Amino acid sequence: MTCSRKSRRDVLKAASAVALFPLPAIAQGRGPRVVVIGGGFAGATAARFLKRVDAKIDVTLVSDNATFIACPFSNHVVAGLRDMEAQRFGYGKVAADGVTLAFSAAQAVDTDKRSVRLADGKALPYDRLILAPGIDIDWKGLRGYDEKAAAVMPHAWKAGEQTLLLRRQLEAMEDGGKVVMSSPATLVRCPTAIYERASLIAYYLKTKKPRSKLLILDAKDTFSQRRNFQNAWKELYPTQLEWISLSQGGNVSSVEVSTRTFVTDFDNFDADVANVIPPQKAGAIAQAAGVADRTGWCPVEPISFESQLVPGIHVIGDAAMTGAMPKAAFAANAQAKVCAVAVAALLRGGKPAEPRLINTCYSFVAPDYGISFAEVFKPGNGMLVDVEGAGGSSATDAPPETRRLEAQYAEGWFKAIITEVFG
Amino acid sequence: MKATRVSAGVAAVLLMIGVARGAEAPAGASSCTGCHSAPSGVSAMRRLSGLPQAEIADKMIAFKSSAATATIMDRIAKGFSDEEIRAIAAWYAAQKP
Repeated sequence: MTCSRKSRRDVLKAASAVALFPLPAIAQGRGPRVVVIGGGFAGATAARFLKRVDAKIDVTLVSDNATFIACPFSNHVVAGLRDMEAQRFGYGKVAADGVTLAFSAAQAVDTDKRSVRLADGKALPYDRLILAPGIDIDWKGLRGYDEKAAAVMPHAWKAGEQTLLLRRQLEAMEDGGKVVMSSPATLVRCPTAIYERASLIAYYLKTKKPRSKLLILDAKDTFSQRRNFQNAWKELYPTQLEWISLSQGGNVSSVEVSTRTFVTDFDNFDADVANVIPPQKAGAIAQAAGVADRTGWCPVEPISFESQLVPGIHVIGDAAMTGAMPKAAFAANAQAKVCAVAVAALLRGGKPAEPRLINTCYSFVAPDYGISFAEVFKPGNGMLVDVEGAGGSSATDAPPETRRLEAQYAEGWFKAIITEVFG
Repeated sequence: MKATRVSAGVAAVLLMIGVARGAEAPAGASSCTGCHSAPSGVSAMRRLSGLPQAEIADKMIAFKSSAATATIMDRIAKGFSDEEIRAIAAWYAAQKP
């Protein structure tokens, strides 16, 4: 009897050991592991909020650089209105929240073993992986435009040395010079920022080099906030800025670096300063992990941002294809918070609640003239869709006082989001 | 009567704690701090955490009906029902200022 009871206990012990074996995190008395790749608005937010939602989760944030350089307000840097130093942020406060930092490039993801390999040789096992790699330039997307070409005709669409290169070129240009920007037909990071950049460069030309001119060659016939931008351009930059739409022959089919020439279907445009907004795709690690589809972006489901292609991997920020949500810093931050809560729920074996998300994009058409676009999103048809009746652009007939206020709120937004993500 | 009042008070306190400790914020709440997170003086937008529920909810509902003028919050408030707004406001009211 005693003996048999003992053996029964042993059997139970063995059974529970077997049951626990597939859950090594629990067996070893530590929390589940989440690896976040990408230290921008999406990745850094997700890492911090995971710790906030459940401090037991072991969170590692992988970032190529120990310093983050923010894209929002980098158009101000291009136009000489802001110092580059104001765009740099460190991860000290992220680490203080209990997030482990790994400053190395992520090279590969073994989706079977659930492990990330870093450039420094380290392997990071995960229970769930969050990818927030942002964008890569698609160097095959525009004929004549490769990495070498970008040293002459900067894109400045990833903030950093490219931003400063474009600024130096504008500063070196003679008064009377011609600046040409090109805008692609395909999905890009923060599309409205193309027109903000054009506006702030036009402001620079108007105030510093008034005989100069800026041309936008656009592969599209319309864009977000077009009426607000065009009204402001007519009022503020009537001789400095010209927008050539697709139907007016704006589609750039190739560039010629030696002469800084944009080749369209009908004409050639030579520039003194050339800014190419090139075609883009999700960051390299997304392609390597198999979460990007043929469009180059990563389809995700709208509740936890889990990849539609690879289970256990979530994609947030510019790399994600969510449906209606644009690729923008506010959206990235909003997605990251929803994703962090959902991932924590999934790790507990729970079911994430249906979210609602907001996006707000502010643009400057001049330093004291702001406009905005807002949207509210909910899941629908397997993606995120606009909540009807909500959102929209700043009023086209808003008085100057509203424009001034929106410029102030735009600055307030940047300070707030930086406080939340890096402060 | 007295007992009812006491238990109502206890219930209110428990509700407060429930909101404060409940990790799950109502749908939509987490987006707000994209603008409303910095301490006063740092940003033009007010930090919501710790503000009275009625202050947040009344303002949002007024923005929604355009009874109060806004630059952008009218467009955002229209994405939420009054009930959803009150739930979000209650959650922020229960957060540490």
